[in-house]
Amino acid sequence: MLESIWFLLWGLLWAIYFMLDGYDLGLGSVMPFLAKNEKDRKIIYNSMGPFWDGNEVWLITAGGVTFAAFPKAYAVMFSGLYTALMLLLIALIIRGVSIEFRSLVESDWARKFWDGAMVVGSFLPGLLLGVAFANIFMGIPIDAEGVFQGGLLTLLNPYGLAGGVLFVLLFAQHGCLWLAVRTTGDINERAGNLATVIWPILVAVYVAFLVLTSIYTKLLSNFLMYPALLLFLLIPIFSIVKVRTLISDRKWWKAWACSATLIVSTTLFGVIGLYPALLPSSINPAYSVTIYNGSSSQMTLKIMLTVALIMVPIIIAYQFWMHKVFATKITDEDLGY
Amino acid sequence: MLSRLQFAMATMFHFIFVPLTLGLSVLVAVMETTYVLTKKDIYLRMTKFWGKLFVINFVLGIVTGITLEFQFGTNWSRYSEYVGDIFGSLLAIEATVAFFMESTFLAAWIFGWKKLSPKMHAACIWIVAIASNISAIWIILANGWMQNPVGYVIRNGRAELDNFLEVISNPFAWGQLFHNGFAAFVVASFFIMGISAYHLLRKNEVEFFTKSFQMGMITALIFSCAVAVQGHGHAQMVAAKQPQKLAAMEALWETSDSAPMYLFLIPDEEKAENSIELMGIPGGLSFLAFNSFDAPVKGLKEWPKEDRPPVTVTFLAFRIMVGLGTLLPLLCIWGWLKRKNLTENKLYLRIMLYAIPLPYIAVWAGWAVAEVGRQPWIVYGIMKTSDAVSPIATSQVAFSFIALTTLYTLLGGVEIFLLAKFARKGPQPEKA
Ligand code: HDD
Ligand code: HEM
Ligand code: HEM
Repeated sequence: MLESIWFLLWGLLWAIYFMLDGYDLGLGSVMPFLAKNEKDRKIIYNSMGPFWDGNEVWLITAGGVTFAAFPKAYAVMFSGLYTALMLLLIALIIRGVSIEFRSLVESDWARKFWDGAMVVGSFLPGLLLGVAFANIFMGIPIDAEGVFQGGLLTLLNPYGLAGGVLFVLLFAQHGCLWLAVRTTGDINERAGNLATVIWPILVAVYVAFLVLTSIYTKLLSNFLMYPALLLFLLIPIFSIVKVRTLISDRKWWKAWACSATLIVSTTLFGVIGLYPALLPSSINPAYSVTIYNGSSSQMTLKIMLTVALIMVPIIIAYQFWMHKVFATKITDEDLGY
Repeated sequence: MLSRLQFAMATMFHFIFVPLTLGLSVLVAVMETTYVLTKKDIYLRMTKFWGKLFVINFVLGIVTGITLEFQFGTNWSRYSEYVGDIFGSLLAIEATVAFFMESTFLAAWIFGWKKLSPKMHAACIWIVAIASNISAIWIILANGWMQNPVGYVIRNGRAELDNFLEVISNPFAWGQLFHNGFAAFVVASFFIMGISAYHLLRKNEVEFFTKSFQMGMITALIFSCAVAVQGHGHAQMVAAKQPQKLAAMEALWETSDSAPMYLFLIPDEEKAENSIELMGIPGGLSFLAFNSFDAPVKGLKEWPKEDRPPVTVTFLAFRIMVGLGTLLPLLCIWGWLKRKNLTENKLYLRIMLYAIPLPYIAVWAGWAVAEVGRQPWIVYGIMKTSDAVSPIATSQVAFSFIALTTLYTLLGGVEIFLLAKFARKGPQPEKA
């Protein structure tokens, strides 16, 4: 029972991470399409400045919870996907540093340098995380000892790549909507337009991904076993359609929330499909890491659950406050003009 | 082996930023509180100037911390699997109780000058300071558990949690924690004094930097003495819990009832003896470790060769730390005696400017003692480091090692450049 609760929380933490960091990663990667001049760039940096770190902590927590609740899954996943994770780390380092240091330099070339670093450092995490999760949905080659039998190239299969592209697009749209929330005028217009351009591509990739999912993975079997669960699929489908109409109506906050729902429900769709496996083995299902053979002791799970039940609502409360106070329309005064 | 190098490199790099964050956050919070209470403009300017340097330093603390957390899984997967039940939960608790607060409220502080009331704004930096120190508690509880494992049982082929209270009240860990916390204040106050000295030498903003310098000096005086006294107490704990480490710290080979302490010696690991020993104090080591001149102290030969930590590194690192632990309070006391006309004392100011790196070196040396002295164990007495490493190809680790080292070197350079730039620029001019 505790294992199942933690499994759900585990999925939820990743989903929240994608939902929050998704917007600043997405915005960072489409920055070149949105920014025409120095002021636009400043606006973009300013729109994520107060939030990116708080968002990234969800990743640290998702990683930490994997470690604490499912140590074996943490060990197998992180060592198995070694190179991908190292690239992810490097990208995140570069991105964080770019956001903070760009405002401290004055020369043109230094700014260009950090802008470039920003785009790469924002684009890569979406891609890598998408590839990694798609591969997990499909099953990765782990043997009886939990040793990963493959390399970075093993991960770059069609389904993995589809997952990567899907994540990049989800994040990109999410990022455009975030910028739209926080701006007015020209740049707001551009952000809305880009979201409109991304939408049909996203829908196409989404459908393709679902089709590939039914071919490559066993995710759907849980859903077919309990057909009531299929109702869950209505949420992403509904959100993806609704996003489009909200964009047309120029209802930015709502559109953003809808896109957030889309990201969360997509992640949870995968997570529900995985249950009770955390890391299915593509060599032999018996080698999979599941919540039964991979979890921590009951005592640890209980203590962690107590901490989580107390702390997570508090965290959500102050992060909500933070967004409320600081996620206002950016004015010239905010930029230091 | 490469994993060890990579981990050591990554932690050392993380630990350039950590102590300054821990100490400076509190000092900046004190400055801002003083401003809120007195409404004197100078304290606001101090808050802004030192706060800016704090923020530049903080960013790299964050991004390098993430690397560390991931590395347990990527490079030490066997270890993670074996002790995740305990170690992982401490890490996860750290993230939930501390990192969220730190990052959210620091952002509120940076962006909130106009949006929040002065009181609220000062509260934000206090929350950051407290959260940083809470994060130190949890991570050091985790590290302290590796040094002195308590509250666990070996079950299902791994270490499982048995008594959570014992884990979080681990006396060894709390010893480390206080030592580390005090050290962080030493780092931060020498940082403030050094930069103030730079400006005082040039007669920039004399009032501003005299105030800063004084604040740094009082803090440094208190904590550099505290760290030495507390460190001695901690060494006694090491003597009780990890006798090999103590023996390595002092390069003591033979068990003896009244172990001497040599002020100068050179260990020779091959021959398992010291090639030079000078100026011995009879029974000195016995006294320092157990408060009695004839207490027996175990020598390294008690353990088979493969169970001994690398002696030279542990020994040298310990000497460096203790040497600096003696030097730093002396520097503070010197300044205290001359406090009447500090700004005129060119020699002293110049020394203080160049003293900025010294506490850093002490901190690194301290960790080297703690970590290298624990070898060959990763969790003392339970798991060997060689059994902890991930089953991954060396080429992968080589790639990441090179990539991370290059990246860190670059970032370190940029960081020093930026810190120097803003430190040199001095505070913003007074408002008209
Ligand atoms: C004594 C204190 C101490 C020690 C031993 C460590 N750290 Fe640390 N860490 C901090 C004190 C700290 C801090 C002061 O709280 C930092 C520095 C800057 C910051 O944001 O928080 C931090 C940041 C920080 C972050 C980023 C948090 C964020 O995004 O806000 C992570 C993920 C870690 N650390 C993880 C680790 C790991 C896995 C360590 C073990 C090897 C470690 N730290 C050693
Ligand atoms: C609480 C957090 C920490 C944990 C859990 C931890 C754990 C470890 C682990 C797993 C190793 C690898 C074993 C090995 O390489 O031999 C190691 C080595 C090392 N760590 Fe730490 N460490 C922590 C903090 C630090 C800090 C803050 C520093 C210094 C800045 C540090 C310095 C080192 C060094 C120098 C080594 C290399 C020792 C060697 O290879 O012989 N550690 N530590
Ligand atoms: C005479 C003075 C000092 C003594 C006797 C002393 C003693 C010790 C001992 C015995 C350890 C090993 C702890 C272990 O194995 O876990 C240690 C670690 C350490 N020392 Fe010191 N120390 C002194 C001064 C300093 C100074 C001046 C600093 C820095 C400014 C410092 C920073 C550290 C750090 C960061 C560690 C590693 C973390 C820890 O284990 O707490 N020490 N010290």
